[in-house]
Amino acid sequence: MTPILEADRLVKVFGATSALDGLSFTVAPGESLGLLGVNGAGKTTAMNLLLGLTTPTSGTVRIFGLDLWKHRIEILRQINFSSAYTSLPSNLLVWQNLTVFARLYRVPRPKQRIDALIELLDISHLRKAVTGKLSAGESTRVNLAKALLNKPRLLLLDEPTASLDPDIADRVRKLLRHLQAQDGLSILYTSHNMRDIEEVCDRLVFLHGGKVLTEGTPGEVQARFNRTSLEDFFIGVARGEIDAIGLP
Amino acid sequence: MPFSCNTVGALVLRYVFLYTRHPVRFVELIFWPLVDLLVWGFLTIYLQKQGPAGLPSTITFLIGGMILWDVLFRSQQGVAISFLEDVWTRNLLNVFVAPVRTIEYVAATCLVGVLRVGVTLIVLTGVAALAYHFHLADLGIVLLPFLANLMLFGWFLGMVSTALIMRWGQAAESLAWAVPFFIQPLAAVFYPVSVLPVWLQPIANSLPCTPIFEGMRAVLAGHPVPWHQLGYAFTLNLVWGALAAWFFAANLRYVRKTGLLVKVATQ
Repeated sequence: MTPILEADRLVKVFGATSALDGLSFTVAPGESLGLLGVNGAGKTTAMNLLLGLTTPTSGTVRIFGLDLWKHRIEILRQINFSSAYTSLPSNLLVWQNLTVFARLYRVPRPKQRIDALIELLDISHLRKAVTGKLSAGESTRVNLAKALLNKPRLLLLDEPTASLDPDIADRVRKLLRHLQAQDGLSILYTSHNMRDIEEVCDRLVFLHGGKVLTEGTPGEVQARFNRTSLEDFFIGVARGEIDAIGLP
Repeated sequence: MPFSCNTVGALVLRYVFLYTRHPVRFVELIFWPLVDLLVWGFLTIYLQKQGPAGLPSTITFLIGGMILWDVLFRSQQGVAISFLEDVWTRNLLNVFVAPVRTIEYVAATCLVGVLRVGVTLIVLTGVAALAYHFHLADLGIVLLPFLANLMLFGWFLGMVSTALIMRWGQAAESLAWAVPFFIQPLAAVFYPVSVLPVWLQPIANSLPCTPIFEGMRAVLAGHPVPWHQLGYAFTLNLVWGALAAWFFAANLRYVRKTGLLVKVATQ
């Protein structure tokens, strides 16, 4: 089966710093893949390359079998993105922001789609709220509504549960699982929250120094390195203990 | 897939929402131009009253110069401030990961420039007519190509400003206001090119707005419409447009390559 996303030998060099050093991985249709790594591992750089925000020094990105840089608009129409570090224009109302993005993504019958998402994400009461006055949890759900407007085939999420309380974070995870099961949505997910990864992701790719350190299901990775939990594995890498064990 | 007017419309809709939701935004479009108009208007009246015979009525070109300069300035602001709005609200990444071509984004900011110019122009021409009996429409049909050339040049300066802000980040955002004023002393807005030092005149004559201001003074003085100057302005605009597009595209490539685009967007 053709992967939804295929990153092939991605290299990104910023001056004297190598941010990605031959990164390759794939996301299968309907799969939820976690992109993990300690700070500076290359997750954000990889995400930016996959979104076409940054150009690679070398290597290719194919999404839906198409070269990202040759078919950028066609691809962007079928994917979407949400990050804890971006926001919708704070000075507009929620419905205004969603209307603008529905039109940008050429969503058919935008009003019905917005209504459906507002219902799904339980944010009906926020329709006429000023976007800049939302709480972190509300803002995350509105950002997710924007990211789901075009019924994306691939959703890229950059720490979507950062700064959310456990209740809202749990709701977001369940929602993503629901969408994945219902619509066959593929997800690329970065997070520092290991619970997110364990609950949402079918498989993970762990980056270290711009390369893939290991990949597999959360259980496989944990077992491969003889760790009690994914979080324990993460801490092991961060503290240099995994290097001491050596790569398989 | 070709250029999409729907995409441009969606981007412009955002600014329509912004301006209609925050009427205070119109202050920026109306207040400062009105202050300028009042200052130049009263100065004109004062100068007309000087000396036994006063100064010729053509002194009203000061008001005309001020209004036409504002057309150029608001047009440039439409492009540059629209980009900054996306930076300030941390929305730039959302736009750049949406299916929006660069040309559609730039076209939307240019259209915002036209809307801004429209609002300011209506107010200024109305007040100038009521308060100073200066009727911009007296320029006749030539007013339209005058305005078109100034708006074009404003767009191109806006693209240059935006490219510089992309490259240097928010620290350079004052360029959004400063860039037009870099050229104002040479643009012959309120005085002819001939008063400039000889060595500066070729630079002044390389600006598309210079022949427009010169032409406006000629028409107000009762001379025939200088169509050749209009043609010259349009030719210069083609050159400036090509250079601005190249500069913008080169900078966009550079900020994508170096990661500065993401830095600017998430600052």
